[in-house]
Parts: sequence; C-alpha cells; structure tokens
Amino acid sequence: MIKRIGIAVIVVASLLGMNCLRADSDDGAKIVKISAKRFEYSPEEITLKKGVPVVLQLTTEDRSHGFNVPSMNLRADIMPGKVTELKVTPQKAGDFDFFCDIYCGSGHEGMSGKIKVTE
Amino acid sequence: MTTEIDRREFLKLAGVGGVIFLSGLSGQPGLSLPIGKTKDFFFVQLSDSHWGFTGDKVNPDAKGTLIKAVKEVNSLKQQPDFIVFTGDLTQTTDDTNVRKARMKEFKQIVSELDTKVVHFMPGEHDASLDLGETYKDFFGETHYTFDHKGVHFIAIDNVSDPTGSIGDAQLEWLKADLARQKPDANIVVLTHRPLFDLYPQWDWATRDGAKAIDMMMPFKNVTVFYGHIHQENHHMTGHIAHHSANSLMLPMPPAGSMPKRMPIPWSATQPYKGMGFRNVLSQSKLDQYQLSEYPITVDATV
Repeated sequence: MIKRIGIAVIVVASLLGMNCLRADSDDGAKIVKISAKRFEYSPEEITLKKGVPVVLQLTTEDRSHGFNVPSMNLRADIMPGKVTELKVTPQKAGDFDFFCDIYCGSGHEGMSGKIKVTE
Repeated sequence: MTTEIDRREFLKLAGVGGVIFLSGLSGQPGLSLPIGKTKDFFFVQLSDSHWGFTGDKVNPDAKGTLIKAVKEVNSLKQQPDFIVFTGDLTQTTDDTNVRKARMKEFKQIVSELDTKVVHFMPGEHDASLDLGETYKDFFGETHYTFDHKGVHFIAIDNVSDPTGSIGDAQLEWLKADLARQKPDANIVVLTHRPLFDLYPQWDWATRDGAKAIDMMMPFKNVTVFYGHIHQENHHMTGHIAHHSANSLMLPMPPAGSMPKRMPIPWSATQPYKGMGFRNVLSQSKLDQYQLSEYPITVDATV
C-alpha cells in the first residue's frame, strides 16, 4: 500500500509538469514563471539580479502571445499547450519593459510588463 | 543606414529624389497645378480610421471624423487620381458579425468619395484576428501591385499574420515583382506597419521588414507610405524614404515619449488636433513627391 502511494505521488508530480515542484533548471539556474493571457502577463513585474542566470518559463492560458524585451534582445512566441523557456543573464541593472508582439485583440496595445534588474 | 530626420532636413533633400512638404493647409481648397500635359498626378493617403472605435476622451466625434475626411477630400480643388487607405479601416473586435458590420459601414462611408479608385490595405485591427479572411471578403487581396503614370505601386501586407510579419511567401512574391522593375523605376510601397524598427517597444515595427527593405535597396527611387503610428513621421533607411500618415480617429504620441503607448486625449480647444490626411503630388521628372498634410476641420460637416 505504501509503495502504491509512493508511485501515485510520483505520477501526480509528473502530471503537474515538474515545473511547479522545481525551483531550478537542470543547470541550476532559477526558474521564473510568467503566464500570459489576453491582455496581461502574470506576474506583470519580475525582479532579477544582474549577472545571475535565470530561465524564464513562459506559458499562455488562452491563445498565442508574444514576449518581447527589445532592450534585452529577448523575444519568444508563447504558444498554447507549450512551455517556452528563455535563458537570460541580465547584464545591466535597470527597468526593462516587455510586451506582447503577436496581435491578440482590443487590449493588445496595453499588454506589457516590466523586468527589474537589481545590482 | 537608418536616419530620423525632420521636415526642414527633408526640404533640403527635395530635388534629390526626396520630398517637399506643405502643411497647415486648413481652409485651403487644395493644390491646383498645371499637370494635365505631364505624367504628374495626385493621390491621397487616408489611414487608421478605426471605424467602430468608441472613447469620448479621445474622440467624441468618433462617428463623424471619417465622414468629415471624405467631405474634405471631395472639396480638394485638384481631385486625386486615386486614393490609398493604409490600414486599420475598422476597430478590432472578436465578434465576426460586428467586424463585418463595421466593414460594411466603412465601405458605405468611403463610397461617398468623389474619386472612385480607392486602393485599400488592411491594418492589424482589420485582419490580424482572422488572418485577413473578413477583410478579403470586403476589400479583396491584401497584397498587390498596380501601375499609374510611370510609377509602380506595391501594397505589402504586414498585418494578416498576427506576428506582424510579411512572411516568406509574400517576400518571394515581392522579390519576383521587383525583379521585373528597372533599377531606376519609380517605386512606391504602401503598407500599414513601418517596415523599419521605428520603436519595437510599442510594436512599431515589422518583424521581417528589413528583408523587404534589403530587396528594395538596389532601386534608386523607392518611397514608402504607411500608417499604424497615428502621426506623421519621416525616416530614411539609406536612400529609401518612409512617411507615416496621421490617423482619422485618434493621434498617438511620439515614440517613447511616455511610459506606455496611449492615445493623445481630445483637446476641446483644438478639436481633431493630430488627425488628418495627406495629398501626394508625384512629380515624375524630378523623381520626387510633394506631401501636403490636411487637418480635419470642425466645419466640415455633412
């Protein structure tokens, strides 16, 4: 019985997608999750540390969205049913805006967020 | 090379394949030049009418501005040979029936233009949510070419793909079309989004626009007219000039002038400020274009 419960826990962990149980990526970088839906990101502001690598894990709750941070030379498509990962090591401190660059409707123009990079 | 230049600098460029500006033409009936025996001609650029938009703080005359523009174009002393409409004819909606209704109303309004040759292009509000399907039902193809009095016009669709891209298939089509043009051909490109990276932070760019610009570079006389940014902007990528048009619904602030891209509020003391249309005189012998900007005026009632 105990063995069966153990297996069940492992299966549930797998179904949950590992991501919610995993704080770091395979190479030890911290994972930061950002979820997109019309017309917002959650969270809409994240804080990173200069020189510290992270993996941005991007998902969408509804349709395709974009994730574009021109001032950090970062961009990705976020497609339904997929987890998109972007590895980034911030090189400069400051505030960097990100926005959706795949047209998604009447609130598209305001769909944006901010990456704060601290020293 | 990419260069942002102002009107004064453009005046200096006139005569070298550049542009001459005229503005503040409110109250004037329009240019009247002896162009009958030449290949010179006028065309009018209308853009970003966003038919169906509502928001009194931005434009309390949302249902009247396009109608006023039609009236003003009809009152030009020298009627244009044709009119181009560089996208965002209608305001976006998730409801296909509402989209159809808006396009039908828009089409009815612009049918009142005295100039009957109108070349339409989609904007992302018209086409990005259904890959241009409804737009095509009302206005036809989203990319095409036509020739007029020695000028080759190319309409490029950079909005039906919601990523704001032209796409490989259309780029191949563009390449094939350009291959048929002489190096000194007069080429005018019409599109909605800027083909260059005007301000990607506000989505004022075309993802693969640089590929189109690279294809045009071998040609001496290329000029681009576009919309999307709801204001005049004049920019050079090498020898290629890019001119954006004012909106017929709401003006936007200059790129990066505020933290978030928001429409400029309506001014009760200066109604319709920042809105208007453009009359373009194509001067074939000089390989240049004379741009005349016309505001919307309060008394242009119908």
